[in-house]
Amino acid sequence: MSTAHTQSPHTTKRKIKILVAKIGLDGHDRGAKVIARALRDAGFEVIYTGLRQTVDQVVAAAVQEDVDIIGVSHHEGSHIYVARKLLEKLREQGAEDIPVVMGGSIPVIDIDTLKAIGIKEFFLPGTPLKEVIEKLETLASQKAALKQ
Amino acid sequence: MDVGGFLGLVERARGGDRRALGRILTFLEDLSVSNAWMVEYLASNSSGKAQVIGITGIPGAGKSSLISRLIKAFRDKGYRVAVIAIDPTSPLSSGALLGDRLRMQDHATDPGVFIRSVTTAGFEGGLSLAALAMIEAFDALGYDKIIVETVGVGQDETTVMDAADTIIVVTMPGAGDDVQALKAGVLEIGDIYVVNKSDKPEASKTYEYMSFVAEKGDIGREGAWRPLVVKTSAVLGMGIRDLVEAVDKHLEYLVGSGDKAARTAKRRKLLIKLLAKKIVLDTLKKVYEEHDQSVGEVAKTLKGFYEESLELVRLAGRKLIEGS
Ligand SMILES: Nc1nc2c(ncn2[C@@H]2O[C@H](COP(=O)(O)OP(=O)(O)O)[C@@H](O)[C@H]2O)c(=O)[nH]1
Ligand SMILES: [Mg+2]
Repeated sequence: MSTAHTQSPHTTKRKIKILVAKIGLDGHDRGAKVIARALRDAGFEVIYTGLRQTVDQVVAAAVQEDVDIIGVSHHEGSHIYVARKLLEKLREQGAEDIPVVMGGSIPVIDIDTLKAIGIKEFFLPGTPLKEVIEKLETLASQKAALKQ
Repeated sequence: MDVGGFLGLVERARGGDRRALGRILTFLEDLSVSNAWMVEYLASNSSGKAQVIGITGIPGAGKSSLISRLIKAFRDKGYRVAVIAIDPTSPLSSGALLGDRLRMQDHATDPGVFIRSVTTAGFEGGLSLAALAMIEAFDALGYDKIIVETVGVGQDETTVMDAADTIIVVTMPGAGDDVQALKAGVLEIGDIYVVNKSDKPEASKTYEYMSFVAEKGDIGREGAWRPLVVKTSAVLGMGIRDLVEAVDKHLEYLVGSGDKAARTAKRRKLLIKLLAKKIVLDTLKKVYEEHDQSVGEVAKTLKGFYEESLELVRLAGRKLIEGS
């Protein structure tokens, strides 16, 4: 049995739905694919949008799929800009309740700035999968509690 | 969610708020006795005019790529397009990795396009129920073309294809063996057959084979529609105009023959049937959970096996009715 659930208002338990996105121009998505597969195996519903997505595309997909979490995998230097734009766009769409997490090579020195912008969690290379899953589950249930 | 809140969401969705529509679809994924009125409300507000296009075929045939092309063609004609991409939960893990969307992401930000993936179902028929409810929602909100993608295996997927107005079966060159392996019934349901990847050399052989399948399917079907076979290449954008023409032609046929209204009615009948099944299963589950406790209490009465088991059945029956 999987544990990747949030309590739904009805009879069945809803699986946690996460969007795994790769924003920007860099062409490698190995990391994003690995995490997408690992989360699927842990019982998540993973929506994978592929490479070279714009912030607008990611937000549009998150809104249409009504995901519980957005996970952004990032390997470029523009993460602060991307984070700011992403959160701004989510607010514009009335979707600021969807938590955003970031993975990839993010300089530790930028984490406070990213937190202030509104990014909820960071998964630097080498984070144990168990920790990733636990943190995502916590975020999803916090969001579900907000909605009640 | 209460009625006022839901009607508020519908109002917002009507005004173009996509966040609201996304939320509505989530409720429809989890229908039960307590929120069945939501789909009822939507269905009573839908025109039945939308064309529901089911696209099925083996994984990798190019369904999602073709849909992306169809979206573009329909948008050029001014239609609003919704896509329901059904991807059953992987049997190997309890989760799901949904990739259909990846091929359609170019259209994600188009306000006239809405793409939703559906995967988990708690019971057989659950995926169909969710898809059918979503069709009502999209229709009520003025989408003209509602495209449903499935890989065409499993009871649930056959059911949902059955509920479409226009069924497109997609195949590709070199898939002959896989095609044979598909249930014959699935293959023969096509109103339109597409040989995709026609940029590949073996395409004409596959075209011949599909023409044969179409003819075979034709023998078994009612009505005057003769299945069409179309060659496409989703990567090169070839044959898309022919495909759209075939889809339009089929709609014309449906409307002209009165079949359109009949299919809408059939779809709603199926929705009711599946919803009833869900409610029965939910209620049974609840009764069953309370059953253990009842057993303990009835056993205390010491009326004997026969009387006690009858009493348990009576209790369960009462709870079934009260619980629904
Ligand atoms: N050569 C060729 N490849 C195609 C064509 N259409 C799709 N593909 C490729 O086939 C693969 C599967 O496509 P996809 O649309 O995901 O298929 P689906 O599983 O049926 O939805 C992808 O790598 C596509 O790029 C085509 O017309 N020609
Ligand atoms: Mg697909």
